[in-house]
Parts: sequence; structure tokens; C-alpha cells
Amino acid sequence: MTPLLDARDVQVRYGSLAALAGVDLSIHDGQRHALIGPNGAGKTTLLNVIAGATRPQRGTVVFGGRDVGRLGPAARARRGINRIHQRPAVFSTLTATENVVVAALPRVIPQRRWRPGGRRRAAQHRAGPLLEQMGLADVASVPAGHLAHGQRRQLEIAMALAGRPRLLLLDEPAAGLSATEVGRLVELLRALPRAVAVLLVEHRLDLVYALADTVTVLRDGQRLAAGTPDEIRTSPLVRQAYADGVA
Amino acid sequence: MRNEVIRWGRGGVAALVLVGLVVAPWVVDDYTTAILARTLALALVGVSVALLTGVAGMPTLGQTAPYAAGAYACAVLGSRISDVGVVQVAVAAGAGAALAALTVPLVVHARGVIVLMITLAVGELVVTVLGRWRSVTGGTDGLAGIPAVRPFWGLPVLATDQARYLYTLVVAATLVGAVLLLLRTRAGLLLRAGRDDETRLRASGHRVPLLVSGAHVAAGAIAGAAGSLLVVAQQYISPADFGFDTSALLLLGVVIGGTASVGGALVGAALVIAARDWLFGVLPGHAPLVLGALFVATVYLLPSGVDRARLRPRPTDVPPVHPDRPAVREHAGAAPELRT
Ligand SMILES: Nc1ncnc2c1ncn2[C@@H]1O[C@H](COP(=O)(O)OP(=O)(O)OP(=O)(O)O)[C@@H](O)[C@H]1O
Ligand SMILES: [Mg+2]
Repeated sequence: MTPLLDARDVQVRYGSLAALAGVDLSIHDGQRHALIGPNGAGKTTLLNVIAGATRPQRGTVVFGGRDVGRLGPAARARRGINRIHQRPAVFSTLTATENVVVAALPRVIPQRRWRPGGRRRAAQHRAGPLLEQMGLADVASVPAGHLAHGQRRQLEIAMALAGRPRLLLLDEPAAGLSATEVGRLVELLRALPRAVAVLLVEHRLDLVYALADTVTVLRDGQRLAAGTPDEIRTSPLVRQAYADGVA
Repeated sequence: MRNEVIRWGRGGVAALVLVGLVVAPWVVDDYTTAILARTLALALVGVSVALLTGVAGMPTLGQTAPYAAGAYACAVLGSRISDVGVVQVAVAAGAGAALAALTVPLVVHARGVIVLMITLAVGELVVTVLGRWRSVTGGTDGLAGIPAVRPFWGLPVLATDQARYLYTLVVAATLVGAVLLLLRTRAGLLLRAGRDDETRLRASGHRVPLLVSGAHVAAGAIAGAAGSLLVVAQQYISPADFGFDTSALLLLGVVIGGTASVGGALVGAALVIAARDWLFGVLPGHAPLVLGALFVATVYLLPSGVDRARLRPRPTDVPPVHPDRPAVREHAGAAPELRT
């Protein structure tokens, strides 16, 4: 079976620093793939390469059987790669609902094409339930800039989901969330349709083990290990990497 | 509740201003009426500046370029082909849009100060061309004796200052209404979103360059239409009407009025133009200095303009998180788990 996403030999350099030194990563349909590693390992950089926000100096990214290396982030989003950023990125003067509407617009199909405002209405229909799911129904009409940090992160998750992703890239979705919010997040990710593949960058290993079926470990821009959560948990190599990275 | 009151209050003020504008020509003399008509044209250009600067977040100093294109297109049309107002407005808007479309490739990928510099250069280039292309534009002397307009086929020509003023008022009000409607559509929502965070807009799959181009062309059309109103108001145009000082004043007016609000931009632009005309009389030669000082004071004291100064609370504080380096705290718990 050809994977949904196949990134090969990805290399990103910042001056003399190799943020990614030839990394391979493939994700299959419906997979829950976690990407872990110490600070500065290159996790966010790899997400940026997959989403099209960073051009690698070398390497290919194939998504849905097509080389998307030349496409920008917008074109990739329209093909089904949606993401949340490590630092929540939302439209601060727009209300929570408007944020989700904007995110939903590129991929909604209006019921009647020729009716003015049809797309917007269709997007509005998607926004309500998503905000509800993320526990944001009460603040639906509050400008996103006035939301608390954790709420903004949840809003961005709602936005990523509004884009009907085939591949959802989550960069530390639990950072800054309260215990209740983390619980809701785990529930939500578990309930995602199997048609959606997830690439999860997360430092909280309890969440990784709860959600992922495959784990890739990065360190210093290289893939250190990959396997099932059990294999990774017991790998001496990985323990060593983390011990070094934190020390 | 409080927002309701503010909304009603604003609606009331807008209605009062509109009534005042309608009765103005019967209250003031002809000279002032003509000046008011010209100010309306400039305020409409101010709206196009606000559309780019405030709504879309792309400050511009070049809206005098499509304004001039619209004015000259209208003047040539009015002198040689048609004195019908709707035709003139449409052709002027088309000329403004076309000029904006020509310059879009220069600005579509630039942002911020770079755009200010590019648009400024385009504006100056247009003024230079107007001064040189004598056969069409009359050079630095400009075009005079442009025939009076008739609003619609079959209607009489507008022979008085009052009538011409009311014509500019109706056209300007209609176009401002159209802009306000536009801002309520999907396009308006996306423009505001782009001002907030363009990267996020791209990440959601929106074609940002298309949006930016569309905003420039739409703003160009509005400025072009405003150019046709200037022709009606003055019946005379020259390159001096479209100089850098006009661009700077309009940006100043829009900043004073509150960049994100069309109503604020209208009031701000009108006030600044009126202030310039008044200062020109009382402090000959010093008007630019006073307006410059006003600009600096505005930008420092009221970052979001008069319209918003007291209405918008500051966003709640974000914990300082570097984009690529989140608070270490969040990570501390992770690693030890692996070691256990
Ligand atoms: N735009 C940039 N310019 C220069 N260096 C960068 C840039 N972006 C990332 N880096 C560097 O590349 C390396 C990898 O960064 P990256 O953000 O991908 O790490 P990460 O694994 O996401 O770390 P964290 O867990 O802290 O988020 C780091 O050393 C970082 O400093
Ligand atoms: Mg990161």
C-alpha cells in the first residue's frame, strides 16, 4: 500500500546548523503517528516541510501519490494537509466562530452554488459543532485575541479540523492546556474518523502512548528510532537520547 | 449591552452627519459648497486607503495613482465623448482598477514599509507621466473647461454648485454603502483575517496573493470613481491634485479616523483635508508642519485611531512563548518519564 505521506531524505540547514539532516518519514491512511525528541531535534521543522511552510534544501515530499514539493502551504492545505502551530496562530480580531468559518471556507461545498453567501453559510454550519466539541461554544462570539492561551490552542485545533484534513499535523497540542482541556483533546483525537491520519508532535509521553500507534524519534535532525509505542518505550537508545537532550 | 449602545450611538452620528451633508448646500455659500464636493471626492479616496490600510492591513501611499487615472479618464471622456454621470463613474472606476491591476505585481508579495515605498513611487511616477503626456493630459497646466455632467441619460446637466455637490454626495454615499456591503461578505472576512495573520490564512488553504490583488483592484476602482467626482466638483484637474502631499494627508486622515473603520476613515480624511484648507489660509506655508506634528501625535497617542481609542480593550496577555522555543516548563515533565 502506498503511504498517504512519504517524505524522503529531507534536509533543512540554517547556516551551519542541520535542523534536518536527511530524514525519512511515511504516514499511512488513518495512522496515528507521534514524532518525539528533545528540544531542537527538528520536529517543528519537519512539520513545516510537510505543510509547505519551509522549503527543504534536499528531499521529496509525496502526498496522496503526488509530489507536492513545489506547492506552497495554501495548495497543500487544499489537498488536505492541515495543521496547528506550536504557538497558537489564530485571527485575533475575528470571533472564534469567524476563525473557524475562515478555516472551513476553502473546503466547503455550498448546497446551492449560485446562491450568494452559500459557502459562508455552509462554513458556518461546520463551525458550530466544532466549537462545541472543543468546549468553546460559550466564547463563540468573543474575538480570538481575548481568549486565554489554552482556548486559543483549542480554537486552532477546531480550525484545523474545519479544513477537512486527510493529514492533521499537531505541534504540541497539549502544551498550555489544563487537565480538563487535555482530557477533552485526547477524547477528540480518539474520536477522529479513521480516514484522518495524524502526525502528533508531543512532549508529554503519556499522551503519545495513549494516542499513537507509531512513534518516530528525532534527535539532532536525524531519525533515531521508529516503532510501536512499546518498542520505543523500552529502547535504550531512546532513553539515552532523552537523557542527553535534557541534561 | 454596551456594544448595542455604541452601535446605536454610531448609527445616530452617521445619520446626523448624512443629514448635515444633505442640507449643507442650502446653509453655506457656493464657494464652500464646491469645496465640500471636492472634500467628498477626497474622503472617498480615503475610504479606498482605509480598505487597504485598515481592513486589509496594507498601508499605502499610492492611492492617488488610481485616483488620477480615474479623474483623467473621466475628464477626457467628459470633454470628448460623454457627459453622462453613470458612464463617467464606471469608466473612471475601470481606469482606477486597471491602473491598480498594473501595479499589483509590484506589491503583491511585498508588505509593510516596502509597500509604502513602492506605492509612493508609483504615485509619483503617475504624476510625472501626467505632467509630460501633454497631448492627452494637458501637461502641468492640466485640463480645464470640462463640460458639466448630467447624472443619467435624459436628465439635465448640473449647472449649479449645489446640484454638482449633491451629485457627488449621492455617488460617494452609494459607493461607501457598496464598500460596507463588501466588507460583510466572505471577501471582507478574509481581508480582516489576512490582516491578523497571513500565515494562518495560507495554512488554511486560502490564496492570499489573489486576495491581496483583489483588494488592490477594488481599492483602485473606488479611488478611480472618486477621481470622476473630483472632475465634477472642480471642472478642472491638474497633476497638482494628485501629489504626494495628498497621499500623505489621506493616510494621516485614515490613521486619525481609525484605520479599521470605513466611517472613521471618511471622517478622518474629511477633517484632515478641511484642516489643510483652513490652515493654508491662517498659517500660509506652515500647514504641512502642523499636519506633520498632528500625524506624529496621532500615531503615538492613539495607535488604533479616534474611532477605536476607547472602545477596544487590549487583548488578554499571552504567556511569552517563543514560536520555536516554548516555555521549558511544559517540557520538563516529559523526559523523566522515559527514564523511569
Ligand atoms: N528559522 C530558523 N532559523 C534558524 N534556526 C532555526 C530556525 N528554525 C529552527 N531553527 C533551529 O533548528 C533546530 C530545530 O528546530 P525545531 O524548531 O524544528 O525543533 P523542535 O524539535 O521543534 O524543538 P522544540 O521541542 O523546542 O519545539 C533548532 O536548533 C532551531 O534553533
Ligand atoms: Mg517545535
